[in-house]
Amino acid sequence: MSAFNAIGDEREIDRDEFTPGLEPQPTWCPGCGDFGVLKALKQALPEVGLTPEEVLTVTGIGCSGKLNSYLDTYGFHTIHGRSLPVARAAKLANDGLTVVAAGGDGDGYGIGGNHFMHTARENHDMTYIVFNNEVFGLTKGQTSPTSPKGHTSKTTPHGNAKSPIRPLSLALTSGATYIARTAAVNPNQAKEIIKEAIEHDGFAHIDFLTQCPTWNKDARQYVPYVDVQESDDYDFDIHDRKEAQEMMFETENALYDGTVLTGRYFVDERPSYQQQKKELGEMPEEPLAERYFDDDAEWERSYDLLERHK
Amino acid sequence: MSDHELIWRIAGGSGDGIDSTSQNFAKALMRSGLDVFTHRHYPSRIRGGHTYVEIRAAGHKVQSRGDGYNFLLALGDSFARNPKEGAYYGNEEIKPLSENLDELNEGGIIVYDSGLLSEDDVSELDLEERAEENDWHVFPIDLRAMAKEHGREVMRNTAGVGVTAALLEMDLEHIEDLMRDAMPEKILEPNLEILHDAHDMVTEEYDFEHDLRIPEGDHEDEQALLSGSNAIAYGAIDSGCRFIAGYPMTPWTDVFTIMSQNLPDMGGISEQVEDEIAAAALAVGASHAGVKAMSGSSGGGFALMSEPLGLAEMTETPIVLLESMRAGPSTGMPTKPEQGDLEFTLYTSQGDSARVVFAPGNIEEAYEQTRLAFHVAYEYQIPTIIIYDQKLSGENENVAVSFLDREPDPSLGSTLTEDELEDLPHDESGKFHRFQHDVENGVSPRSLPGQKGGRFLATGNEHTPAGHISEDPDNRVFQMDRRLEKLEAIRAELDEEHDSNQTYAGDESADFGIITWGSAQGAVLEATERLNEQGHSVKAVGVSDMMPFPEAELTEFIESVDQAMVVEMNATAQFRGLIQKELGRYGEKLTSLLKYNGNPFEPADIVEGYELNVDGSDAEPDAQVRIEPAAGD
Ligand SMILES: Cc1ncc(C[n+]2csc(CCOP(=O)(O)OP(=O)(O)O)c2C)c(N)n1
Ligand code: SF4
Repeated sequence: MSAFNAIGDEREIDRDEFTPGLEPQPTWCPGCGDFGVLKALKQALPEVGLTPEEVLTVTGIGCSGKLNSYLDTYGFHTIHGRSLPVARAAKLANDGLTVVAAGGDGDGYGIGGNHFMHTARENHDMTYIVFNNEVFGLTKGQTSPTSPKGHTSKTTPHGNAKSPIRPLSLALTSGATYIARTAAVNPNQAKEIIKEAIEHDGFAHIDFLTQCPTWNKDARQYVPYVDVQESDDYDFDIHDRKEAQEMMFETENALYDGTVLTGRYFVDERPSYQQQKKELGEMPEEPLAERYFDDDAEWERSYDLLERHK
Repeated sequence: MSDHELIWRIAGGSGDGIDSTSQNFAKALMRSGLDVFTHRHYPSRIRGGHTYVEIRAAGHKVQSRGDGYNFLLALGDSFARNPKEGAYYGNEEIKPLSENLDELNEGGIIVYDSGLLSEDDVSELDLEERAEENDWHVFPIDLRAMAKEHGREVMRNTAGVGVTAALLEMDLEHIEDLMRDAMPEKILEPNLEILHDAHDMVTEEYDFEHDLRIPEGDHEDEQALLSGSNAIAYGAIDSGCRFIAGYPMTPWTDVFTIMSQNLPDMGGISEQVEDEIAAAALAVGASHAGVKAMSGSSGGGFALMSEPLGLAEMTETPIVLLESMRAGPSTGMPTKPEQGDLEFTLYTSQGDSARVVFAPGNIEEAYEQTRLAFHVAYEYQIPTIIIYDQKLSGENENVAVSFLDREPDPSLGSTLTEDELEDLPHDESGKFHRFQHDVENGVSPRSLPGQKGGRFLATGNEHTPAGHISEDPDNRVFQMDRRLEKLEAIRAELDEEHDSNQTYAGDESADFGIITWGSAQGAVLEATERLNEQGHSVKAVGVSDMMPFPEAELTEFIESVDQAMVVEMNATAQFRGLIQKELGRYGEKLTSLLKYNGNPFEPADIVEGYELNVDGSDAEPDAQVRIEPAAGD
């Protein structure tokens, strides 16, 4: 018998199950885009047949990092920028779990940028949602890696001299195998994209545009937006790296010109890291964590290694 | 000739195969019934640069290098050949001979490769004069030519071993067996020929006037030659650790490599990741999901781990971290040992953070305390750290094979099963009170993601019993007290249920005490023996529990002596500071003997320190050790 019976539990799931009962009400400001992510996730998870107990949400620090305080799954609210390494390891330890990592643009593209690059490169099987509000929210509105050039804040009183990071392009060149951008103002698209991302076998990156009405009043609230898949103006093959790259480039430029393009940009079938490790014999077929509950497991001892030391 | 010892030093260039040759020779000595201890000296370079390995072998227990040595096999540094005029690292060819003469004992033997070390260079050393003065026996032998004759030049190591065996009148049987095991057929034959040729040539052509012969010894049990890194890695494996994440940094890399080479074959996972922050965070993630996990690094890398370390404390996620010290600050001296990271390891990370820190003093303790570290981490849901250093990491000692034949321990400690979870209180939405139902020792058993009925939120923020972020003052005090209470419970368990982790030597009634920690222990214990043989009244303790501190044991020890000397490898007396802080007194009773020149303590340093200390002599110690007088002196 498994020690993790929640995993693979097949039953009708009410999305209210993902809403905590006695938890505090969200501390997010009224109108915050983070509500949009929460809502989309609460809808998406049951629709892909997941129960709260087979999902582990791992978040960083920031307003965005509070996501799992208001979402009733197994959760790990980690530290600033470090959600990905924690999430990766949890998935390696028990690959029966569905792992969703999340954090802000400062968290994910700033302090956690190195982990982002490497997690994408390794193509870990998980979903990563970055709440992109173009500012640091929780620390009160400082300029972030996605703030536009010229953006003024308390830390850039003369305007931001830096060009914003290109998250989609970065994900692509790093090796992510599912890349999309969606927005809190478009809950239906957001839900569909999250569902696809969760079902994708590999590293799925979602740059999730979330408005911060408190600190980023100048920024467009990401309306109107255009879904690149729905619009006849955009025609590209999401399986073609080169076409996807061009589309991303256009999208990333356009974001700061007032045209908000969203949708799926790239999907690749490259085997996930977990899959590759298994093929190399570097990871057990059964979830590693199960082993500790298996009374019949044979535990090799270092004693067996002593031959070479004699 | 039972107290008679062989201390054999093989010197050459890094990359010349010194390591593997010495490893095999040490095993041959061990198989012939001797206790061995090996010490490795190497520069921070991959190839070239003078390096040596020393093997001390005797018919009795050896736990340090000893003082000086009595057999030098100088191979010449093949990577230093034809150096560019004035090149920074250039002209080191002669170093394996020239650099090693100072420590060679009276009556010692020198074998050098006359085929590789030029006559001109050798003549500059005044070797003949010095040999006469010190009664050295010098054998210039063209090892290179012998090697070339049957195989390739690199095989001159083997020729050197053959010469050694001949000069010591040592049987070749064990050496041959080991060569057969280690070498592929193609190179085995020529190597065996070289070995015999060298042996026979020396036996036939030379009269041995020296006294040094192979010591005699006998083992009751079968032995294995293990390094500190082996012992730690094996301790982890036997504890059921099946996940390691890391980033290479000397000297921690040894453990990381051993684990990476073995874990996948045992159904485990090893991850080399982008940096040390990630490495420790991965260990946290894996442990959170229900696997016994570890990570580690050396000073600089460990600095990066302080964040995930704090996260493990706050979320009460068990992990084991290794801190393998080398000389600092900053990049310091990567291949030199020091005990300078103690305070850093005890206190790094923000807040009133609590962790458990063990400092093993030898190979066997490294194994035992790694097992204890996993037990404590998982039972008490707290990060535990094993602090050790480049010395312990790289030195080898023989250990009885039966010592490691311990049952594996795959227990996840205070972790609930689904059945157990079912009977525990949950809140309305089905959440389990993860951080609440502690009973006596502050520990609140956990559930694992994917278990039915165990849903909770782990967070690095202060949180309520159910895991909700909270800044409520009462809750804060309750949670903080609960986390800290675990340390008291751990101390109580260590005192009651385990044999002391501290190691004692000398007569209980002695009136002078020596206190040390970590890898300095071997030299201290040996020095204590010597001092007592000289008629002094000395006892010693090697302390392994750094946190929680063994207050009662240390108080008793210090109270029982008139004066005590704290021996440690750093410049700021960090361990003495810890003792005084933890015990709240004894400033006037503790002197420090410090060494921080990159070389570990040898027994003679400690004997000298004792003499200066007790005699109150004004003389400056000469082994680059420093005495820090008791406060108020
Ligand atoms: C190591 C570290 N540095 C800085 C902080 C302070 N900090 C908390 S949240 C945050 C930025 C949050 O911005 P973002 O990631 O964009 O998330 P948002 O709040 O906008 O959702 C910072 C700098 C921290 N907690 N830890
Ligand atoms: S500060 Fe901005 S990001 Fe944070 S909760 Fe308020 S609106 Fe949302």
